[in-house]
Amino acid sequence: MTGGEPQQSERVPALVEQFKGGLAAPICLTWEWTYACNLACAHCLSSSGRRDPDELTTGEMMSVIDELRAMQVFYVNVGGGEPTVRPDFWELLDYAVASQVGVKFSTNGLRLDAGRARRLAGTDYVDVQISLDGASRQVNDAVRGHGSYDMALRAMENLAEAGMADFKISVVMTRHNVCQLDDFARIADRFGAQLRITRLRPSGRGADVWHELHPTAEQQREIYSWLIDHGDRVLTGDSFFHLNALGATAIPGLNLCGAGRVVCLIDPVGDVYACPFAIHDTFKAGSLRSPGGFAEVWRSAPLFAQLRTETSGGACRSCSAFSTCQGGCMAAKFFTGLPLDGPDPECVKGHGASGLTAAAGAGLPRAEKDHSHHRRAVDVGMPSIRVPAKPCDSSPLAVTT
Amino acid sequence: MTAPFEPARGYRLNPAVALRPEPFGALAYHFGTRRLSFLKAPDLVDLVRGLGNHRCVSDALATVPDGRREVYLRALAALAASDMIVPQPSTSEVPC
Repeated sequence: MTGGEPQQSERVPALVEQFKGGLAAPICLTWEWTYACNLACAHCLSSSGRRDPDELTTGEMMSVIDELRAMQVFYVNVGGGEPTVRPDFWELLDYAVASQVGVKFSTNGLRLDAGRARRLAGTDYVDVQISLDGASRQVNDAVRGHGSYDMALRAMENLAEAGMADFKISVVMTRHNVCQLDDFARIADRFGAQLRITRLRPSGRGADVWHELHPTAEQQREIYSWLIDHGDRVLTGDSFFHLNALGATAIPGLNLCGAGRVVCLIDPVGDVYACPFAIHDTFKAGSLRSPGGFAEVWRSAPLFAQLRTETSGGACRSCSAFSTCQGGCMAAKFFTGLPLDGPDPECVKGHGASGLTAAAGAGLPRAEKDHSHHRRAVDVGMPSIRVPAKPCDSSPLAVTT
Repeated sequence: MTAPFEPARGYRLNPAVALRPEPFGALAYHFGTRRLSFLKAPDLVDLVRGLGNHRCVSDALATVPDGRREVYLRALAALAASDMIVPQPSTSEVPC
């Protein structure tokens, strides 16, 4: 050490510490372009199905892209719903790319025919992510619906054929597909694609199936070990950091809940949420349709200010694993009725599971936007009558007065 | 792929890289490789922005307090390895 410089000034705090205070703009911005979807996946995070009549118009979408460009948001993760069902999807994609806002979009493969695949392969700055939740037709279609496996595989064939290098295959890990991890890797290799695996969240319709679909404790260990062995080639969206308490080696990634700090969600009607797994008023920071737009929400929303302060750690603070798992996922806790400063429902030490039974009895918070194709049938004596939530659910011509 | 880092040569910020100011310094985004890097100190950001105005890296580092030169030299080497900074096209062959 030389000169009179205090040692303090030589030390640069770890990046993860700096991120806790939030960034000038998000790094990982998820933007859902529509609630409309041709599928009805059992675990859909956003309870998608029907288009919301209030979705952002083409003009509004372009203004948001302009704003993201000005904020230097270099790329966005576009999802839905199925984003490609927007009639202006390709126009918006081109506009974003021309504005130097790169697009990685998630799709079930619906529109990716040979022609589109060739066009995508020729477009710089676009990345495609195909959703697949089973390495076999049977496992995939049980969650994503009949025909969805073949549709996804056809899209992958088209992309590979067109020479689209390194597209992503995105898998939500469930009780039924953890044993297929190697098979997923083989599918990715076959198409020259990259595998991405993420955690099943009890968000949206996911809340209805989480208890039966989320991986068992034994399977969590399997995921952790598999990621330690293969993590350098596999993307995770940083979603498994709660498993780091399982061993001495950390899964590659930032390993921090980025909600409101580096991550946020813009939904199809322009509402801004802390993260894509938390579509609930509790985590709604504001709307980009208000004065000041998205930048104002990102910079000044009280919710985000709160998320950018140090968390207390609550009941987890005394746990030896707190520094590695950070208490886990905020959304997973919220939708399973657990306190936000307590353990994750999938806490590897088992501290979360004990709270689940008590929480379930107290009534769980529900996602507040439901665009599912069909509401649950309501039994009104005999015969059972399906009550549509809105007239347009049953007839596109219905007029609301 | 990239040439070895030579502090005796002139370097500059890659024209394909954008720097976004952040509370801790800046975020560097490479439009070609689509990689992000983080410049974790404001004076490192100044150093990188001004790099192209100096004949060579050693010259540029002379503006940095003694205690930080080593650290920043390593940071610049890492930025060169990831193509965030590139050699000046017209650097004279005379060592600096």
